[in-house]
Amino acid sequence: MTGVLKHRLFWPSAALIVLLLGNLIFTPHFFSIEIRNGQLYGSLIDILRLSAPLILVALGMTLVIATGGIDLSVGSVMAVAGALACLIVVDNPGLSGVLLACVAAVTLALVLGLWNGFLVSVVGLQPIIATLILMVAGRGLAQLITEGQIITVNSPPYRFIGAGYLLTFPFAVIIAAVVVAFTALLTRRTALGMLVESVGGNPRASRLSGIHSRRLIWGVYAFTGVAAGIAGLMATANVSSADGNAVGSLIELNAILAVVIGGTSLAGGRFSIAGTVIGALLIQALDTTIYTTGVPAQTTQLFKAVVVIVICLIQSPAFRRKVLRTVPA
Amino acid sequence: MILHRMSAAAAGVVLLAAMTAGCGNGNEVGGASGTDDGKITLGFSQVGAESGWRTANTKSIQESAASAGIDLKFADAQQKQENQIKAIRSYITQKVDVIAFSPVVETGWDAVLQEAKAANIPVILTDRAVDSQDKTLYKTFIGSDFVVEGQKAGEWLVKEYEGKTAPVNIVQLEGTTGSAPANDRKSGFEEKIKADPKFKIIASQTGKFTRADGKEVMEAFLKANPKIDVLYAHNDDMGLGAIEAIEAAGKKPGVDIKIITVDAVKDGMQALADGKINFIVECSPLLGPQLMELVKKVKAGETVEPRILTEETTFTQAQAKEALPNRKY
Repeated sequence: MTGVLKHRLFWPSAALIVLLLGNLIFTPHFFSIEIRNGQLYGSLIDILRLSAPLILVALGMTLVIATGGIDLSVGSVMAVAGALACLIVVDNPGLSGVLLACVAAVTLALVLGLWNGFLVSVVGLQPIIATLILMVAGRGLAQLITEGQIITVNSPPYRFIGAGYLLTFPFAVIIAAVVVAFTALLTRRTALGMLVESVGGNPRASRLSGIHSRRLIWGVYAFTGVAAGIAGLMATANVSSADGNAVGSLIELNAILAVVIGGTSLAGGRFSIAGTVIGALLIQALDTTIYTTGVPAQTTQLFKAVVVIVICLIQSPAFRRKVLRTVPA
Repeated sequence: MILHRMSAAAAGVVLLAAMTAGCGNGNEVGGASGTDDGKITLGFSQVGAESGWRTANTKSIQESAASAGIDLKFADAQQKQENQIKAIRSYITQKVDVIAFSPVVETGWDAVLQEAKAANIPVILTDRAVDSQDKTLYKTFIGSDFVVEGQKAGEWLVKEYEGKTAPVNIVQLEGTTGSAPANDRKSGFEEKIKADPKFKIIASQTGKFTRADGKEVMEAFLKANPKIDVLYAHNDDMGLGAIEAIEAAGKKPGVDIKIITVDAVKDGMQALADGKINFIVECSPLLGPQLMELVKKVKAGETVEPRILTEETTFTQAQAKEALPNRKY
């Protein structure tokens, strides 16, 4: 029992389960899942589907934070990738046009990620400043691509990426699951994950011991760019339109929050992919809870803040020890 | 080092020149207007280019100035009040005949408007109001009345369900929490429907004026409330997002759930013509022609009403089909 309690995924998982169970009080059929129009339909499915872009962004953020960095530009990269894809799809709504759009958008996202990585690892800028540049400039770029308008696309193949269902299952969730599995394999079945952690723990010592810190950091930012690019495709495909202002707005903060809830240290040197996924699900579950239980719009922010504070506190070993000590044994 | 000192000195000289130039012009108070070719000069400071609505607004002002033979000096404030104050000051120095602007925020305008008043330049507010005790600081305010928009939406609903007694379950997608259009469209709507107890707003939540949030919130509404008769969305975009959620739930938007929105942008009008929305209250950005009329009147010294409403209408599905080909935004 104490083994389960000590597992670092215990508290985030417990918080997620408590939050979901709490919904039962207000919405008795919260857990019901049915098949409607050949698609799974239910609140839990919504949570999974809507958290897919956040999971991808948070996944990249996890690795960046593990190296001791941070990437504030993910939301803007999403907007740029989504805008470019929609710009291409709007004239070529067929399958080939959509494939071209995806390749172009993800390539552009990769370039943006490489740019971040270049600033951090080669130029040596502080990550928060380096990525702040693209956070601001990227919004502008997205606005430029969309010409300040909302690009609406009418393309069933493109819509499929964000709102489609494959064998009754949301396609976006499948994409996210594949990327997560791939990343987990790559970092945990090879030495890559450990190298990332060692660079985050002490970049100098890692370099002296023969690890290509610079190349590794560069690669991590590039990966985050690609993940954000795919998330941008999902987010814009979900509503079949690209809104340069709104796509991925403030998602960097949610992603950082997901990473922190998942138990990854903001100081770098340690990361947990499973924890991040749970963290992202938790954030989306919180949003969906707010909408289904009918918390008034004016109080949603406060409600969220209180829940997040509680979750962070119960996760903190130091806090738990203090509370346990004051409760007489 | 020497280079630094030289550039600092150069900057100082430039600054001094700019200041003296500013003073020189400022001292000739009450002189003839800058351009004496009989053409009226209008200085306009726009909020920015944050949405399709705003770009249509800018275009309308530029086009109608050209066709009215008014010399337009246009500045984009990029959402910053200090840019707007700078632009207005420069219009005062240039001695334009009339100044018009859409204030970014409501407060903090008294000082610069006093300067305009002292220089005898009439000021017209467009689209957004300022919060000032001194009503003599500007001649008139032309723009939409968001409360009236909400009332129009409510009136249509009351008429639509006239003579029926069964309860009508309404869900509401609010705009950005705390914004004037969200507050006013909500209160105007509620004021019109409160007389009849059969109308019940069973859920109301912010969709932040975006499609993605409109869809996400509507998905949750559909899960939590098995019987929804009417959706009232504070703008077209949230309504468009909600339509996707309604379709995914296996219901027919416009038939199973009646939809009322505000704005009448092109995508919204298309959905209205397609029968997916039932009623749209227009919030028109095309106030250019009315503005130019006002500019001529205040220049000629005629008295104008202190509050002028934009010429706006409402659209049913049949009217949308007719109006759609000529829609500018």
